[in-house]
Amino acid sequence: MENIYVTIGLEVHCQLLTRAKMFCRCSTDYIGKTPNTLVCPVCMGLPGALPVLNRKALELAIKTALALQCEILPEVVFHRKNYFYPDLPKGYQISQYDFPIGVRGVLEFTLQGVKKRVRIRRVHVEEDAGKLVHEGPDLRGAVSGVDFNRAGIPLVEIVTEPDLHSPEEAKECLVMLRSIVRYLGVSDGNMEEGSLRCDANVSVSLSPEMPGTKVEIKNMNSFRSVFRALSYEVERQTELLRAGKTPVQETRHWDEVRQVTVPSRGKEEAEDYRYFPDPDLLPFCIPPEMLQEIQATIPELPLQKKERFMREYELPEPEAYILAQDRDLAEFFEACVREFPSPRAVCNFILTEVLKNLNSLNIGIRESKVTPSMLAELLKMVERREIGISLAKGIFEEMFRTGMGARDVMLKKGISFLTSERDLEKVVREVIEKNPQSVADYLRGKEKALHFLIGQVMRATKGQASPEVVKNLLLRELSGGE
Amino acid sequence: MNLEEFRNFTIRDYHALFARGELSPSVLLEAFFRRIEEVDPLLHAFLFVNRENALERARRLEKEWKGRDLYPPLWGIPVAVKDNICTLGIPTTCGSKILEGFIPPYNATVIERLERAGAIIIGKTNMDEFAMGSSTENSAFGPTRNPFDLNRVPGGSSGGSAAAVAAFEAPVALGSDTGGSVRQPAAFCGIVGLRPTYGRVSRYGLVSFASSLDQIGPMTRTVEDAITLFEVISGKDERDSTCAPYPPFSREEIPPQEDIRTMKIGLPREYFSEGVDPRMVKVITAVLRELEKEGLELIEVSLPHTNYALEAYYIVAPSEASSNLARYDGVLYGMRKGGDRGLQDMYFQTRSSGFGPEVKRRILLGTYSLSSGYYDAYYLKGMKVRTLVRRDFEEAFATCHLLVTPVSPVFPFFLGERTKSPYEMYLADVFTIPSAMAGVPSIAMNCGYEDGLPVGMQIIAGPFQERVLFALARFVEQMLSLPLPFPEIGPERRT
Repeated sequence: MENIYVTIGLEVHCQLLTRAKMFCRCSTDYIGKTPNTLVCPVCMGLPGALPVLNRKALELAIKTALALQCEILPEVVFHRKNYFYPDLPKGYQISQYDFPIGVRGVLEFTLQGVKKRVRIRRVHVEEDAGKLVHEGPDLRGAVSGVDFNRAGIPLVEIVTEPDLHSPEEAKECLVMLRSIVRYLGVSDGNMEEGSLRCDANVSVSLSPEMPGTKVEIKNMNSFRSVFRALSYEVERQTELLRAGKTPVQETRHWDEVRQVTVPSRGKEEAEDYRYFPDPDLLPFCIPPEMLQEIQATIPELPLQKKERFMREYELPEPEAYILAQDRDLAEFFEACVREFPSPRAVCNFILTEVLKNLNSLNIGIRESKVTPSMLAELLKMVERREIGISLAKGIFEEMFRTGMGARDVMLKKGISFLTSERDLEKVVREVIEKNPQSVADYLRGKEKALHFLIGQVMRATKGQASPEVVKNLLLRELSGGE
Repeated sequence: MNLEEFRNFTIRDYHALFARGELSPSVLLEAFFRRIEEVDPLLHAFLFVNRENALERARRLEKEWKGRDLYPPLWGIPVAVKDNICTLGIPTTCGSKILEGFIPPYNATVIERLERAGAIIIGKTNMDEFAMGSSTENSAFGPTRNPFDLNRVPGGSSGGSAAAVAAFEAPVALGSDTGGSVRQPAAFCGIVGLRPTYGRVSRYGLVSFASSLDQIGPMTRTVEDAITLFEVISGKDERDSTCAPYPPFSREEIPPQEDIRTMKIGLPREYFSEGVDPRMVKVITAVLRELEKEGLELIEVSLPHTNYALEAYYIVAPSEASSNLARYDGVLYGMRKGGDRGLQDMYFQTRSSGFGPEVKRRILLGTYSLSSGYYDAYYLKGMKVRTLVRRDFEEAFATCHLLVTPVSPVFPFFLGERTKSPYEMYLADVFTIPSAMAGVPSIAMNCGYEDGLPVGMQIIAGPFQERVLFALARFVEQMLSLPLPFPEIGPERRT
């Protein structure tokens, strides 16, 4: 079978974390609010109402563009994008056109250890639209409502060049982009809640010289659906090509239920948005000191952090990469290492136990009850052989659930310090005294007898001792003490 | 009480009577209501008379200020407001069916300022639909008539405000001017109308027609009252990004009378050309001669791009309008028609039946000018011409302090006279459009009568030079001492 050449470009929208909307003072905290309660004449597009730019939105967009190594254009110009839709109260969206905030940037990420580089075409800022609602207490029959709580929330739009060549790459690129906007604190990047949205352009070609037909995919509401939709689309276009057909240039929707892409209805001809500079907003010149101030607020970004973790803590690349993706997790890791300077152990515990527990509740490390010091304390006990690793996992689960420290969990669970080395010595001696036959067997060279003795100690400690420690203690006692 | 006694009053004169206890806001208001009842069935200057609310407010003001005689600048003064300025709880239709029944949930900035200054909103005045027109014949609710001749138009688009002030249905009014909509009707009705520098008065709450051109301005019987209103409504507003960050205007800024005599007046050659009615030129020239006698120097200047300004205006203004009027889609407010056959059907029916022909014409013009492939040839070219027009004025003001021109090349025309040809109608604004495109302030004022019809004179100043504008306007007003209008209005005058 011949090769296929996949080309993917992403168009990503992130809601910016401003307190007020982009052009009025309404709150942006719209999740779960009663429809049309966070609105005013401006974001409802009432006759006569005028937009006034929220500078914070501009700052966050500039911060994003700077972090993506864009050139920042000196003048911010807002354009009107004209089209009719019921969720668009003014009949136009205030957006940007030929003077976006930033152009020609770069985004880097790694896929299975291989470094990838995607060019960023542009970064611009625009306002969000309202939301059509098809179900609700006031809606009966074939009636739809519009909720304008979301209308006017600032969005940053990031457009990549078509530099991605597989659904895996596209997904990983998006994960990195989310990681960056979260690092910057410009967006919470939550795809499920819609604060991060992604459209993709996909084309498949059978020859590297021949460009394929660009198909736009919309309605992908999670990282998994981005991956699945793109995989489906690549397969669909490949099959068409192999059958000697050409894919149609169109916009398709990802159908999450049926797991297929389907052509979007209507809008067959290219829409003419009739962009023109918004006469209600004067162009904004970015003073150089504003750029410097914003640049100074950009933290160490995921890739830099990963490299530092590899250098400073000697972590392997894959582990460092995963840790660095999540700024909070990375900070948790470093705080923990400061108190328990054994980076590998901390990293391993975080990437297994901590993540497992976080994922089971679908929360971030920030929302968990365990602090870095608490984890350090637990890991210290493991290091001192007071507890075994499997017990430590159980204790951590309890710490995670209750917010109690490791020692408190042990006290409460009656684990007490029986399992501490000195107590353990006592148990070991008792077991030796009670089982002279096995001792004799072992001394005669029967390895199995040792396993029996270890088992006896474990039983006596209700399985809470570390078998490794028990074995060492037994060996020490059996070889005639100190 | 006979309202005619007040025909020469300024706001200061009402305040003097209030202070002496010889008049109260509610009594004054009642007198204007009676006048409205008497003449408005013939004039149709008002779309809404704010009877109950206004009287209640007048009585409240009286109670609050009992025993005090120092009043805020507009205390107790009834103000008529053009119906494209949003008034909380009071219908605002823009003269359009598509906004019939729309009651704004907020006040425009100018309304807030008027009310803070003690004014009473007496009613909302008729206008060409969405301020698109020069005769008020484009109102969806029927035309307004000229108080000087009921067969003639009052001008437009602020024809309702102009007619109301000229017929003394209200002492003062607000209008809005995009390409001449304050000045041309002011001239047609023999009153004073100011178009401020773009950005001098907040547009927040003014229903947008062409955002880069719209300005609210006072329409009054005297220059003095225009100054008072301007002091109240001008100044920066954080809700309008295009509003200049300057404090409100103060009459203290106006240079003293003796300085006027040293001023140089420019007469743009293009504004005294063959197209202008010679009777109008005759009246204005006579005024200019008198100014010369007073010591003012007159020089001829040229604004070479005048002829292109109108063409460029009819690209730029409709382009912005096509976008500004997109919000009238039947979804959120105003009229909704159709929809049984889906969204497109609702849009189509609502906008087809809600907008009148002139509005549709301009939406189409603007949509076309902004379309991809035409943008450079139309909108962009229009904006370039606009820059040239602005430069014309800059160059002219390098040689003189003020420009004096006719307001319109024509006298108030008959109803229906120009409705058949949109272009004929557009020509009525040929002398008011260039200064609007340049963003500079200008004032229209009556400078005499010819065959019983007022002749308007326009004074144009450089940006933010309202102070000089007022200085000359006041000088001319005192020099001419024309009687203020109080036209007899009755069915017998309908010929």
